[in-house]
Amino acid sequence: MSDMTESDHETIDEDKRDFVHIASGMMALGGAGAIGWMFVDQMNPAADTQAASSLEVDVSKVAEGGEIRVLIGGKPFFVRHRTAAEILSAQTTDVTKFPDPETDEERLRTLPDGSFNPAILVTSGSCTHLGCVPVGPGNNTGDYGGWYCPCHGSHYDTSGRIRKGPAPKNLPVPDYEYVSASVIRISL
Amino acid sequence: MSDHKSTYNPKSGFEKWMDRRLPLMRLAHDSFVDFPTPKNLNYWYTFGGILSFCLLTQILTGVVLAMHYTPSTDIAFASVERIMRDVPFGWLIRYIHANGASMFFLAVYIHMFRGLYYGSYKEPREVLWVLGCVIFLLMIATAFLGYMLPWGQMSFHGANVITGLFGAIPIVGEPIQTWLLGGPSIGNQTLQRFFSLHYLLPFMIAGVVILHIWALHVPGNSNPAGIDVKDVKKDTVPFHPYYTVKDGFAIVVFMILFSVVVFYFPAALGHTDNYIEANPLVTPAHIVPEWYMLPFYAILRAITFDLGPIDAKLLGVIAMFGAIALLFVLPWLDTSKVRSMRYRPTARYFFLGFVICGLTLGWCGAKNPDDALPFMTLSADQLVVDYTDVNGNPAQRFFDDYELAKQALEDQPASASATLGVKKGDAIRFIHLAQFMTLYYFAYFLLIVPALGLMERPKDEPDSIHKSVLKGKAKAPAPDGVAAE
Ligand code: HEM
Ligand code: FES
Repeated sequence: MSDMTESDHETIDEDKRDFVHIASGMMALGGAGAIGWMFVDQMNPAADTQAASSLEVDVSKVAEGGEIRVLIGGKPFFVRHRTAAEILSAQTTDVTKFPDPETDEERLRTLPDGSFNPAILVTSGSCTHLGCVPVGPGNNTGDYGGWYCPCHGSHYDTSGRIRKGPAPKNLPVPDYEYVSASVIRISL
Repeated sequence: MSDHKSTYNPKSGFEKWMDRRLPLMRLAHDSFVDFPTPKNLNYWYTFGGILSFCLLTQILTGVVLAMHYTPSTDIAFASVERIMRDVPFGWLIRYIHANGASMFFLAVYIHMFRGLYYGSYKEPREVLWVLGCVIFLLMIATAFLGYMLPWGQMSFHGANVITGLFGAIPIVGEPIQTWLLGGPSIGNQTLQRFFSLHYLLPFMIAGVVILHIWALHVPGNSNPAGIDVKDVKKDTVPFHPYYTVKDGFAIVVFMILFSVVVFYFPAALGHTDNYIEANPLVTPAHIVPEWYMLPFYAILRAITFDLGPIDAKLLGVIAMFGAIALLFVLPWLDTSKVRSMRYRPTARYFFLGFVICGLTLGWCGAKNPDDALPFMTLSADQLVVDYTDVNGNPAQRFFDDYELAKQALEDQPASASATLGVKKGDAIRFIHLAQFMTLYYFAYFLLIVPALGLMERPKDEPDSIHKSVLKGKAKAPAPDGVAAE
């Protein structure tokens, strides 16, 4: 070991040594980055998970005053058939003072003929606070007749708009369209 | 201690042979047999040993559970039920594992409060303390991942709420959430990765524990008097047999408590909702995390107001993680050179306040934030009829009596779209208590601890550890420390 330093190889090529150090260091860094990306990216949604991302729902099957709940890619959605009183209260309240002002009509989608069917309301089923599933018709509909989120007490009205509680936003209206007068297709 | 000379003396031929090749016996001897340990350590100092026992228990029972458990959304729940009913002693192994997590946290909280009281985090033990905080963080992560595995209602929706926290982060939040879940929501892929990580993390904890003990053995133990060892002969005793026996005794007492929980109250710390299989369409009425997360959950929910551009939701998340982050930097926040609170007459009261703060936050975390505190209802709830008056403006009428309210509701024309609701009376609620305690929590670390070190006049510390022990004999010492959660 020690006789290495006393050997004949006294002249050290510093430039060559630096080149080898930097070149192999860069290679190692690049390799670590590339393989690291593989390890990170494998956690993202797989192709089959991404593929299962839309669903057709026959809204004529939903009884008046009730709702059905569907799962798309594991995410809950509400399809509610509102009563006349619920529609009225959703349309007539003044939205300007709401935490997230939106009129009822802004939250509906047109039928193939361009008109609205205010009886059918489609919203996401996860509370905009921390993602619990609010309870609705047949259970507790909260102070505003829509949905109530039991997790931290958010109250939604009959248009799915946040009225009281910690949730910051209205229940989002998902990406959906009427493929016929009674069938909608909801996509993620 | 690092400057302590090794006293290992290999006797048999094999020991000598081994010592020249891998001096493992020497390491064990110097670390756990002849290691000089302050002679005044009390029972609060036995929780390190208890924690090692807890980790071992979790790994042992966990590995066995993994032999019977199936991480698939279709049968995870059923496989846990099978463990409970069909696997020989499966019920016992699972109850030990599930309650073991609680016992582990009970011990770690006492261990941490001990450190706070005796100033164990101060120079030269900062790295030791930070490593402990890393272990605590890994424990929280491990327990959170493990709680998902039985795939009950609480498993699913608890995980949903917590992973939803990442969604609060602007811009990158949603991609991070999708990345963690491996899809738009919690699904089979999520359960599988949670299982894999739940298996992995305890071994990472074990690795950090080794570093933790290494960092302990460089400066040596702190002690209740908070002063350094000056004379190894007079101030210390060898770890074995003095502390092997003391720690062993404490572990046995702890095991008795553990057994009482496992055999007589195995479900007391769980939630009945978790015996219902996960259903993404129905959230349980009251989502509560396991008890050991409650104080942090209370801090999360205490933030109901926006601060400048930061909305309440994000601020809550920041506060919750901030509460843990403060533990990491505590050694640099404390300005006092006196380690033990025995000699800090003012600080000990604020410390007591901090213990109460932790317990109270835990209580708030378990309750519905909008409920009134016991005896704190100032005025009764009222019924309220909301309607649109003849001029088209929103109007309200209040009632104490249901019949009257109902009559008023029916008297309104349909065009008034009247609804009946409840207006909560005035009260001091859990949310208010949680907000006050959150304030104290942050003030303790950011104001009280830094300021006290500058303002307080500490009492005289004893000259040496052996003198403090002798003095303690003459004058009955005041009970130290306060029972923690
Ligand atoms: C730091 C140590 C650990 C902690 C704090 C911990 C915590 C937990 C918790 C809280 C649960 C849920 C219990 C329930 O309600 O059923 C759980 C379940 C589980 N853990 Fe662990 N665990 C640890 C180590 C391990 C290890 C090393 C393994 C090895 C693979 C493991 C395997 C399992 C399995 C298979 C389950 C699902 C079965 C069940 O729910 O009982 N755990 N763990
Ligand atoms: S998740 Fe709905 S109120 Fe918090």
